[in-house]
Amino acid sequence: MADEVILLDKWVSPFGMRVRIALAEKGIKYEYRDEDLRNKGELLLKMNPVHKKIPVLIHNGKPVCESNIIVQYVDEVWHDKAPLLPSDPYLRAQARFWADFVDKKIYDTGRKLWTTKGDEQKSATEEFIGYLKTLEAELGDKPYYGGEKMNYVDVTMIPFYSWFHTYEASGNFSIESHCPKLMAWAKRCMQHESVSKTLPEPEKNYEFVLQMKKRLGIE
Amino acid sequence: MAKEIKLLGTWASPFSHRIELALKLKGLQFQYLEEDLSNKSQLLLQSNPVHKKIPVLIHNGNPISESLLIMEYIDETWQHQNPLLPKDPYGRAAARFWAKFIDEKVLWTAFKAYNDKGKEQEDAIEEFSQQLKFLEEELKGKEYFGGERFGFVDIASFFILQFLRVLQEVKEAELMTEEKYPVLFEWMEKLQGNEVVAGCLPPREKHVAYVRARRAAAEEAASKTKAA
Repeated sequence: MADEVILLDKWVSPFGMRVRIALAEKGIKYEYRDEDLRNKGELLLKMNPVHKKIPVLIHNGKPVCESNIIVQYVDEVWHDKAPLLPSDPYLRAQARFWADFVDKKIYDTGRKLWTTKGDEQKSATEEFIGYLKTLEAELGDKPYYGGEKMNYVDVTMIPFYSWFHTYEASGNFSIESHCPKLMAWAKRCMQHESVSKTLPEPEKNYEFVLQMKKRLGIE
Repeated sequence: MAKEIKLLGTWASPFSHRIELALKLKGLQFQYLEEDLSNKSQLLLQSNPVHKKIPVLIHNGNPISESLLIMEYIDETWQHQNPLLPKDPYGRAAARFWAKFIDEKVLWTAFKAYNDKGKEQEDAIEEFSQQLKFLEEELKGKEYFGGERFGFVDIASFFILQFLRVLQEVKEAELMTEEKYPVLFEWMEKLQGNEVVAGCLPPREKHVAYVRARRAAAEEAASKTKAA
């Protein structure tokens, strides 16, 4: 019986991008549905009643929610191709730790960069750069967080590369000047089709955010 | 090779209690080290430089942080008894989902519901009530969140909800009651009746006194900040 895989998502969501990259790495065929988040469809509300958020993976009718949980699910179900987590429990714990760090720190602090101004924005920018530096230190001299290949941590973090331009323009700073190794890592990941075909153009992302700011009444 | 397991924790933290229980369920000997969070040990700062938080598990010198991740590590490393997570990927995803829900939503909404004032508190109370309803629905018809036997979600949620009951007593509120959430309360009683689980809980009176003192200190600090 063929697998039926549907992904409820939004093109600009870094969380959704993680899932798209994981599915592409594993060569899994799926139906992509771009959701209107201002007018949420019945299927989304039925499949994720607790959070009502994307992404949601629907595998043979059963929903899986929360992007990092979906990526781990995809890795466990389609374990024979492009494994994203190592087999050693300690290395797995480390990978999960860093993916959790990205989850807890990058989006929320990044969001402050384009929703605040003045002192609040300045301190958010400093905080954000601090987190990027921590991530850069963890990468060290490895080509990827997974060593020679992309792994769970790479997949979790790389979507934010499409948001870098938005963060930089909002906070008026250069990520490359603070974290050149991290930028090199991002460009390396972009050489993978699974990543380059998933991430939208940074300009498109910035336009989207500007429109959203207008709608939300944020200057 | 002797396995050396250390747990850095604090007696009042539900996150710490989770790990104690997980280790006991696996029949593991470990050294428990009580941390003074106002004066963190070198070992803690070295073992968890990123967050500087407890609990931290140190296994043969290797540190693991973040309680849910520690639980997964314990489950994957010692598979011989009392599995915490199911084997099937869908069951594992569901377990991770509910544990994350407790940690990232329920706990923080509950803090606001018990501690805030005015409209923010009203909104939080409503949200907290909705969250507890979701948990009640998820548990209905099952012995435990884990099914026939208690597992990952039960361990993750039990200590948090017990902690919230302590906070509730301190604040003299009635947001979580047996009348409103009979399934959750029956489940909590069942777990309290389990010797191994109950052995990981601090004495109730001590816990209440501690949370009361911390709330008083937090409220005093907040009013000083306002006055400044």
